[in-house]
Amino acid sequence: MPAGTLYRGREGMWSWVAHRVTGVLIFFFLFVHVLDTALVRVSPESYDTVVSTYKTPIVALLEYGLVAAILFHALNGLRVIAVDFWSKGPRYQKQMLWTVVGIWVVLMVGALYPVLGHAVRALFGS
Amino acid sequence: MSADTTPAKTPGVGPVEGVTLYDVDHPAPVIEAPRKRTSKTPRATRGNFEMAAWLFMRLSGVVLVVLVLGHLLIQLVLDGGVSKIGFAFVAGRWASPFWQGWDLLMLWLAMLHGANGLRTVINDYAERPNTRLWLKGLLYTATVFTILLGTLVIFTFDPNIR
Repeated sequence: MPAGTLYRGREGMWSWVAHRVTGVLIFFFLFVHVLDTALVRVSPESYDTVVSTYKTPIVALLEYGLVAAILFHALNGLRVIAVDFWSKGPRYQKQMLWTVVGIWVVLMVGALYPVLGHAVRALFGS
Repeated sequence: MSADTTPAKTPGVGPVEGVTLYDVDHPAPVIEAPRKRTSKTPRATRGNFEMAAWLFMRLSGVVLVVLVLGHLLIQLVLDGGVSKIGFAFVAGRWASPFWQGWDLLMLWLAMLHGANGLRTVINDYAERPNTRLWLKGLLYTATVFTILLGTLVIFTFDPNIR
């Protein structure tokens, strides 16, 4: 790494990269999500048809990825606020990032069954 | 407070820099304000839009943590998760003004938060003025369209559409 740069590829930079990537992904999903919900103004059948594809195992996996992105963006966003507004925020930014990662892992394990359970049942029978 | 007079002892700072510009309390070097305000500076130069946008990201972010995580809990976790969702489920929730208000606030805040985030991304990576113009034009068009469409759907929802 060259000396004298602001960011040197450690926790500060990578959390920024992850925040940016997850933010863009969530925003693109949001467009699609408003469009699919708008189908309730077309007919109950067209809405239910599109939502039924959301219940397939492959899309369930994508939903798990979406949950992962949202949870990281939410938790790291709170960390960014703490860095900006808490006087000791910059000093503890690394510890706060690893706290974020820890909470994220716990929540992702907790989301395994609720988000992916129905997909497993669809694949292997109930 | 003057971090730039601290003697060099931070590991990783080479002799080229001479003095370290930052320590654990100043993770980045102090950057002088590009335009110092003087008595000759006009009262309003360019407005405070960027600061308002910065503040909006943090305020809307805190609210969205509650709204979006609550939304995920209801839609993907409780009551059978995604398998319960259908027209009847939407009709049941939007019969209540509380959930209409929840979804309306979430729609507006999330779209504006995301649009401002993408505006920052475009500002960072698109260098040619024409590229910036077109990308932002596309972004603002899609944002206005999506907010208006979502708002219309929430307010004109008809459970007896059939």
